[in-house]
Amino acid sequence: MGSIKVSGLGKAYRQYPNRWARLAEWVIPWSKPRHQKHWVLQDIDFEIQSGEAIGIIGVNGAGKSTLLKMITGTTQPTAGQIHHTGRIAALLELGMGFHPEFTGRQNVLMAGQLFGMTVDELTALMPDIIAFAEIGEYIDQPVRTYSSGMQMRLAFSVATARRPDILIVDEALSVGDAYFQHKSFNRIREFRKSGTTLLIVSHDRQAIQSICDRAILLASGRMALAGPPEEVMDFYSAMLAEREHSIIVQERMADNKVRTISGTGEASVADIVLLNHQGRPIEVIETGARVTLQITVSINEDIERLVLGFMIKDRMGQAIYGINSHRINQPLDNLRAGDRFIYRYTFDADLGKGNYSVSTSLSRLDSHLDKNYEWRDFALIFHVINTRKPDFVGCVSLDATLEIEHQEIGQGVATDALSD
Amino acid sequence: MSAPMLSSLWHYRGFVLGSVQREFQTRYRNSLLGALWTIINPLAMIIVYTVIFSRLMQARLPGVDNDLAYGIYLCAGLLTWGLFAEILGRSQAVFLEHATLLKKLSFPRICLPAVVVCNALLNFSIIFGLFLGFLLITGNFPGLVVVAMLPVLAIQVLFATALGVILGIFNVFFRDVGQMTGIVLQFWFWFTPIIYPPSILPEGAAQLLELNPMLPIVQAYQGIFVEAAWPQWHTLWPMALVSLVLSLMALSLFRKRAGEMVDEL
Repeated sequence: MGSIKVSGLGKAYRQYPNRWARLAEWVIPWSKPRHQKHWVLQDIDFEIQSGEAIGIIGVNGAGKSTLLKMITGTTQPTAGQIHHTGRIAALLELGMGFHPEFTGRQNVLMAGQLFGMTVDELTALMPDIIAFAEIGEYIDQPVRTYSSGMQMRLAFSVATARRPDILIVDEALSVGDAYFQHKSFNRIREFRKSGTTLLIVSHDRQAIQSICDRAILLASGRMALAGPPEEVMDFYSAMLAEREHSIIVQERMADNKVRTISGTGEASVADIVLLNHQGRPIEVIETGARVTLQITVSINEDIERLVLGFMIKDRMGQAIYGINSHRINQPLDNLRAGDRFIYRYTFDADLGKGNYSVSTSLSRLDSHLDKNYEWRDFALIFHVINTRKPDFVGCVSLDATLEIEHQEIGQGVATDALSD
Repeated sequence: MSAPMLSSLWHYRGFVLGSVQREFQTRYRNSLLGALWTIINPLAMIIVYTVIFSRLMQARLPGVDNDLAYGIYLCAGLLTWGLFAEILGRSQAVFLEHATLLKKLSFPRICLPAVVVCNALLNFSIIFGLFLGFLLITGNFPGLVVVAMLPVLAIQVLFATALGVILGIFNVFFRDVGQMTGIVLQFWFWFTPIIYPPSILPEGAAQLLELNPMLPIVQAYQGIFVEAAWPQWHTLWPMALVSLVLSLMALSLFRKRAGEMVDEL
């Protein structure tokens, strides 16, 4: 008891150009659909065995609530199927069906019946429900006299009065004070021990990792990742870091482009300059000239590892070339706050004429997805001119050479024919 | 009604009955006289119709030689029309009223119209019980023929519920339906011989009246209580058939649109 199988699940809302279009679609027989489908969740596949605990994570709007609502049966899926065995209890909307004018006891009966319990069952469970909610004599007072915490406690107590086969919990909904939160979480753990399948939505890394066997990451209505909780949470944190910091600094530059600097700031680019073979700063490079990109990095906080990467982009923002110190096997380890490092990348600027920009990245590993100290777009802009080489199109100077051979096939044949 | 729907409704009967009870209690919760009001209100209404209309205004039904006949005629039509109007009026709004519940909790949605019907029936039985008591006291009780009102009532409730659910579903998608229902009910009421006897209508209007599905229902009640006459069953058959077809339509519409309804609320 208590397994869930979700296959090819999707949810779309119908969008009509106007209200009349819906009426037309309903009333005119065999009319073609006049609505567009707006998908909020697509291609969700997973299976939960009885007794497993699964965490569902994702940013707001990723489709978590929609998924849970479909599993509980509140909302019908547009595509795919859900099969589940056993009784589901959902702690999503606590206190639904509570009426302020009625006493706690009457409301417990009503709410319980809404969950499909009988009056006899509820009467038998009543002492437990009251005791767990720690409501005391207030149980016979109208619910409108309750504090919001008391209402939540009572609601939680009713919803979990019976151990369900599947428990769906939205952790964002915090129940009462720290003490009761602890108590309610303990009850959830007890259910889990007794074999209840758990489905938890949470942003709390600790909660997910301590209780869940697996985690599922939803992003923009799709399953981005499913696997061990730690792995999924790491990925999620990186994704969040990306989102959170991508708008930290945005500078409008002289040419009206927006420079974005993002990252957590443990290290930053203090200076960046392009040098010619004599070591003098330049902004204009001759195609094919040997140049050095000199990047000065300040360490602002102790970090265990640093990788510096740079990328040259053309004026359309297309990457032309990029590399980092990890790939050249020169990452730095155990750096102290206050340190400064000067990196010098030297290369032949075999680029076509035009404008180029350099982006820099300071990160812990090869990918800035893991820990992004600083990502800086348009860190440097330079121009490439071509006065020495033959004029060419495109942004890479491949130094093509040319050899032409004159092949006289047609004439040769003709001469042979004539000589016969 | 389909079997799974019926069984889930049965499983949630506690919720349905509890809701009816709760709604009943809420109405008079903070009043001193409490449940007494449930009797005082309809009693006042019956007195107005019978005593004032019949006695003071000397209104008479053509062809019936009884002081109270017009009052009884009025009550027989008005009280039953009240039941019809309550079921229809409340079912068309029931899904909108409970939008949050529908969106957030998973429970058999058929419970909501069921609560409406039970509530209307409860109100009706109180007021009609008083009416029957009044008939007994004044010596106008029609006798055994009263049982004939049960099948008529059944047809009427089925008709009102089916129509109400259809309107209720439509109302979620097209809110104009709610506005329209009130207006249509007004016209429908005056187009049904409740306040007036059909005999006062001109020839053309009388023929048009035959198209009114509520006519045989109301006339059956009036026949039972004013003349102690058994209903003309053959006039009720078409209405029974209409109600049945309408119920099937309501059910299929409900099945088809219940999911989409939650998205729209």
